[in-house]
Amino acid sequence: MVTAEDIRKIAKLADVGIDESELSGFTKQCSGILEYFAILDTLDQDRPVTHERVNILREDEVKPSLSQEESLKNAGQTEKGFFKAPRVM
Amino acid sequence: MEDEIIIGLEIHCQLNTKSKLFCSCSTDFRDNDPNTHTCPVCLGLPGTMPMVNRKAIEYALKVGKALNCEVLDESEFSRKNYFYPDLDKAYQITQYDKPLAVRGKLLVDGDDGEREIRITRIHVEEDPGRSVHIGTTDSGKYTLVDYNRSGIPLIEIVTEPDLRSPKEARKFLNKLRATLEYLNVFDSEKEGSLRVDANISIKGNERVEVKNISSYKGVEKALTFEVTRQRNLVRRGQPITRETRHFVEARGITTSSRSKEEENDYRYFPEPDLLPLKVSGWVEKIDLPELPDARRERFISQYGCSVEHAKTLTGGLKLAEFYEKTASVDNALAATWTSDYLLGELNYRDFSIDAMPVEHFRNLLKLLKENAITDKSGVEILRIILDAVKEGNIPETPDSIVKRLGLAKIGGGEIGSMISNVLAEQSDAVADYYAGKMQALNFLVGQVMKKCRGRADPGELNLMLREALDKKE
Amino acid sequence: MAGALLFRPNDTVNAFITTIPDVTYSDGVLSGVRVAVKDNISTKGVETTCASRILKGYIPPYDAHVISLLKDAGAAIVGKTNMDEFGMGTTTENSAYGPTLNPRDITRVPGGSSGGSAAAVAAGYVDLAIGSDTGGSIRCPAAFCGIVGLKPTYGRVSRFGLIAYANSLEQIGPMARSVTGVSDLFSVISGQDKMDATSVDRPYNHIPSPDINGLKIGIPDEFFGRGVRPEVADTVREAVMTLESLGAVTVPCSIPSMKYALAAYYVTCTSEASSNLARFDGVRYGPGNSNRKSWHDAYSEIRKTGFGEEVRRRIMLGTFSLAAGYFGRYYQKAQTARQMVRDDFSRIFKDVDIIAGPTMPDIAFTLGEKSDPLQMYLSDILTVPANLAGVPAISVPCGTVDKMPVGLQLIGRLFDEERIIDTAYAYEQGVS
Repeated sequence: MVTAEDIRKIAKLADVGIDESELSGFTKQCSGILEYFAILDTLDQDRPVTHERVNILREDEVKPSLSQEESLKNAGQTEKGFFKAPRVM
Repeated sequence: MEDEIIIGLEIHCQLNTKSKLFCSCSTDFRDNDPNTHTCPVCLGLPGTMPMVNRKAIEYALKVGKALNCEVLDESEFSRKNYFYPDLDKAYQITQYDKPLAVRGKLLVDGDDGEREIRITRIHVEEDPGRSVHIGTTDSGKYTLVDYNRSGIPLIEIVTEPDLRSPKEARKFLNKLRATLEYLNVFDSEKEGSLRVDANISIKGNERVEVKNISSYKGVEKALTFEVTRQRNLVRRGQPITRETRHFVEARGITTSSRSKEEENDYRYFPEPDLLPLKVSGWVEKIDLPELPDARRERFISQYGCSVEHAKTLTGGLKLAEFYEKTASVDNALAATWTSDYLLGELNYRDFSIDAMPVEHFRNLLKLLKENAITDKSGVEILRIILDAVKEGNIPETPDSIVKRLGLAKIGGGEIGSMISNVLAEQSDAVADYYAGKMQALNFLVGQVMKKCRGRADPGELNLMLREALDKKE
Repeated sequence: MAGALLFRPNDTVNAFITTIPDVTYSDGVLSGVRVAVKDNISTKGVETTCASRILKGYIPPYDAHVISLLKDAGAAIVGKTNMDEFGMGTTTENSAYGPTLNPRDITRVPGGSSGGSAAAVAAGYVDLAIGSDTGGSIRCPAAFCGIVGLKPTYGRVSRFGLIAYANSLEQIGPMARSVTGVSDLFSVISGQDKMDATSVDRPYNHIPSPDINGLKIGIPDEFFGRGVRPEVADTVREAVMTLESLGAVTVPCSIPSMKYALAAYYVTCTSEASSNLARFDGVRYGPGNSNRKSWHDAYSEIRKTGFGEEVRRRIMLGTFSLAAGYFGRYYQKAQTARQMVRDDFSRIFKDVDIIAGPTMPDIAFTLGEKSDPLQMYLSDILTVPANLAGVPAISVPCGTVDKMPVGLQLIGRLFDEERIIDTAYAYEQGVS
């Protein structure tokens, strides 16, 4: 149902790294599972989802933010108060 | 007749609520150090959840009403999934299938008269953080991220491809900007508070998207460049590639962006942490303030402004308010001096209307009304005041400047003696005049103006000189 | 009375990822009670890993709402328990910190994904624990370990601070050795939270009552069908007969939408998870990135090494289910199926008060027994309907098969935890 190429594309779209060695395993498993999902195709009509609660909103009030130090605390790398990330092409 | 240009715009404006869209961090971050206006929610820390700011929705509905839109019965938030370092959750909470409002319109001064530009839709979404790309060599490059901006409420306004020229696009944007200012939902002076993406095509050809234009002037420049670029391709018989381009403001050109985001699949689905909005009933209760068009009409009827002046003076909220504070001295003078003189001086110095103290301008208008100074002196006074502001000093009042520099208009007697002196000194020119060379008269006018430091009215002076010359002969 | 305690369990079953050896606690209804917290619930200042490498060392700067409530009630939060990574699993074998063992038989799994919490309670290390239930993750380990576990009505407990796996399905819930313990804990953690838009104002303040005279219990055909081990089905039928002897009446019923339930569940949870887990890019938290790679490459790399196989598999399944070029329509179809499940329950609850059946189709598997993911997913078949419909469900121990505990699952109407807790209590008292 899905090919190794599909798995590669989806892994790229989801930015989930997979090794070439894992490719056939994932392909087989995902294929089987997606075939199982196909039972949803037999549902003919979309039924609208009813929502009982609506308009849950909060007032426009300012509350204290984290300090810069607290904000950066869990970051692997920082520089001059910024989070540091690898270069975007 | 060249082929028709087709332009559609997608405009993002920051709403000026006090707190962010989904959390209670302050939106007032601009002069602050990075990452000082963040919290677990707008940092996207695991386990956090969004909570919608009521004011942001009210502001967006105000805009919808002002643009004559239809507010949907049920509106919902969606996730737009993509990866970028400044997108804290790796999805942006926006509105996809069910925006807030649709099918509106805005009247704009088109190239051939007033036109209705259709608004496709309006919705609310969060701003991502800000990336700063550092480094030049491949191995030395990295990206720094500041999340102060992450979560700022944005309103996105999308137009139908109804605009027919870059100039019209600029006019549309100015009208939209003015409308948003009048609604008090947007601060146009804040840097980055308005961003535009444009779609442009030449009829019969592929559409090109130009992204992230961040100034009003930039829009016209970018689109003008694109029109030229596309027309050139058409003339050469080359195809126009359907693509996304970036506007490089400094060079006034658009460049092709590497198509990494080609057909980006954003995998939209409704935001499961938020509930729908049913707010079409709120619209009736919204009181709109006087909007630009209405104000323009009022300036014409109440102050007797010309259509042109009224358009100019209502083009920005602060400008309109400035006019109304100064018009009581003299409507017509205030209109002329604001539109035709003050604005030019402000633009030259890159100032907003805030730079001119209201009282100083009223003082100036009074002097002009009393005919106490010439127009030339008036302009000189404007420049002195604004230059002082540029230096960071408190500007002198016009009364004080007139006194200090002796700019009071000189009376007939004084001019008479200056005319006599000049005629005596400039015998060559006088001879030229008698010989029939009319330019000599202008030269003589100039000489008198020099002597009196511009304190004479040129028109009056011209007459007096001719009289004097004719008499002498 | 406020105080302090030392927590030094002899954790032979690997129930905990983090223990807090010295705990102070305040006054309150749970004063001094040892409570274990599943490691996907944010605890300020205490490492919270979701049993994943990608969150190793992550220290939240805030407490989940339920943690604040527990602290206010005087609870002694003694540790963070092991789980299937990000809640994805039915056995707690998918943990980057090793599997948890079932205290009743250490060759077997404790169930999942709240296996650590269940084991900590079953082994007696703690009195109470909180877990999370997306498709059975509280009820399954409760059944496998022989304790009581409740999945509340969707919205009755705040999710703020619960590291999201599937937002529209999951709830934090109480686990204890007795129904009273679960009830007491539930009354502390339930209630609306202004930080969680999906939470509702329905606090729980109920003392369990064993009176179930006249209670109408629906027995769905589908809960006792082919996939359920006969001995387990029989054990549960006996438990139902006990309830009948206490005054309840059984009514056969059917849930036709069951045939779509598992697919609807897995499409929904993997789709939401694929989006929820995209934020783990190593920039704001988690392992830092290598600057030698470009953004996309570094991001992919971190996720390859930081996420286990099951997590990556579910992210891909979710991405497939949402992606335009593939099965993008599946997410919407799954929501349609969910509405059908809701409608089925509504219909059944017109004639009955609660629904009963086995919690799990089998007893606890042996470690490593379920290696095929699809086979693993199928074992959730009896628990997922309650998550799809948002209704409350409790598992209470009702006997053994091959010396391993079997769970009786009781499902109630929306916001009717009181009644299923009473029924569980009645059963517990009835057999004691």
